[in-house]
Amino acid sequence: MSSTVPATTSYWKRNQQRLAPWLFLAPGMIMFSIYVIIPIFESIWISFYDWDGLGAKTWIGVANYVELLDDEAFYTSLKNNILWLVLYLLAVPAGLAVALFLNQTVTGIRLYKSLFFFPFVISQVVVGLIFTWFYAPDFGLLSALIKTVTGESIAILADERYVTLGIIAAGLWPQIAYCMILYLTGLNNINPEQVEAARMDGAKGWSLLWNIVLPQLGPATFIAIVVTVIGALRSFDLVSIMTDGGPYGSSRVLSFYMYEQALSEYGYRMGYGAAIAVVLFMIMMVFITMFIVRMLMQERNA
Amino acid sequence: MFPTPVQKASPWVRHAYTIILPVALIVWLLPLIGVAITSIRPSGDLAAGNYFGIPSRFAGIENYTAVFRDSPIGWYILNSFKVTIPTVIGAVGLACLSGFALAVYKFRANLILFFLFVAGNFIPFQILMVPVRDMTLKAGLYDSISGLVLFHIAFQTGFCTLFMRNFIKSLPFALIESARVEGVSEWRIFRYIVLPLMRPAIAALSVLVFTFIWNDYFWATVLVQGQHAMPVTAGLYSLNGQWIAAWHLVSAGSIVAAMPPVLMFFLMQKHFIAGLTLGATKG
Repeated sequence: MSSTVPATTSYWKRNQQRLAPWLFLAPGMIMFSIYVIIPIFESIWISFYDWDGLGAKTWIGVANYVELLDDEAFYTSLKNNILWLVLYLLAVPAGLAVALFLNQTVTGIRLYKSLFFFPFVISQVVVGLIFTWFYAPDFGLLSALIKTVTGESIAILADERYVTLGIIAAGLWPQIAYCMILYLTGLNNINPEQVEAARMDGAKGWSLLWNIVLPQLGPATFIAIVVTVIGALRSFDLVSIMTDGGPYGSSRVLSFYMYEQALSEYGYRMGYGAAIAVVLFMIMMVFITMFIVRMLMQERNA
Repeated sequence: MFPTPVQKASPWVRHAYTIILPVALIVWLLPLIGVAITSIRPSGDLAAGNYFGIPSRFAGIENYTAVFRDSPIGWYILNSFKVTIPTVIGAVGLACLSGFALAVYKFRANLILFFLFVAGNFIPFQILMVPVRDMTLKAGLYDSISGLVLFHIAFQTGFCTLFMRNFIKSLPFALIESARVEGVSEWRIFRYIVLPLMRPAIAALSVLVFTFIWNDYFWATVLVQGQHAMPVTAGLYSLNGQWIAAWHLVSAGSIVAAMPPVLMFFLMQKHFIAGLTLGATKG
């Protein structure tokens, strides 16, 4: 690994350390700018136009946003997104509970852990189909169970009262698995001496978990919350697969409604779709900013 | 260790645990088990109302043969591989370079660029949808494998760079420092000192990106229309529309579509979990 430094130092030799990072960054940065950074601004721009995706664009200012304010379907989607966000966060404590349950060293526990994690590996399309079958009236397993217990048959995905809850439950299945694996890794790395010392002092059960264990699981909790919030706001696949937004649009979420407006049989309203996307983006930015501020503080401390 | 190991608990708790554990697993995987059983049920069972009982006979071979013979699912799976493998290579390759740059060099824009990659990775897909679709159309790449691959590479670069940068940061910096003192060029430092040490990170990221891309559904519907470039996620959904109420076929198709990432997970489990939980222990 030895090399000799030539006597004459070229421009490159002198500036290598200053130029190298940009050369290393260039390919990734170019791709990322073309496909991610620039399109964000383009979308914001398009949201001020009336555009069918093919013909000429017509500048209409904030008319798309004004229309949103009066759009019943937009409020339904927004309300469902909030519901998703709140209920999806249940995956964090539920994942912790499963992780605590599995954090043992009995024979075969490794296999158990992998099998519990299983739902996360499967595509959401497959999860959606599985749960559609699970919920199907008459021959779905869950509907059959509900019928035996209550004597009533409920078509979960056809009922405006339950449809979003049913889809969220399907989404929780893989999400709990994800949070579980984060917590299992976290539990693996907690300081056993602190736990033992606290036990000596008589701490156990809830107080041990709350005062000693959970603080040490902070990083795992942070990531679990991040991925769950992002997952909730990104929810699209399950809605599209399980109900296609129905019945009567009652299970729409913003991401799905945007797609429907911009690209479905209902017409190609790119500008209006972009406006919905911008609203979703703004909501997401609130969370992204929070995450980045926290990460920045950690970078400073490091 | 928390909670208290069951070995230290009373025999009663120990026995209860060994019973509850498999029961909990069965309940947890109930939807999946149901689908697996349905996929080996003869269609006659469904017509006769035997949805939950033991299948009257094993029809797995005929159901799975029917799925492959009567539908283009084999083609869809091939497409998924054609999209997934180049994306993994491209995104992980680009991220090795950019992660190295952000981890090793100190320059003013470093943190800003890093957080740009991080933030980009969290945004909703819908904010990209209209421009990316339009750009892909104009480039003549709409409804093609390469159109999908290019987008996936670019988008995954965000997450992969975040991952690689943090991984390289955890390597001993003295190694790079001493090579510099000896006058080793920056490229050779990357190629011969850092890259060999990145092998576990490359493995972990590859498995993760493989799963993410294989399971992508949104972009498959936005950038692809026809059968010839359609990956298996979107393909399965369109088949679902054709197989109305033929749940034994839908189930078999679902299992087939889920298989590659599942196999990947079980074969590369250590790497998969290491990748997914990076940062769950520190930072």
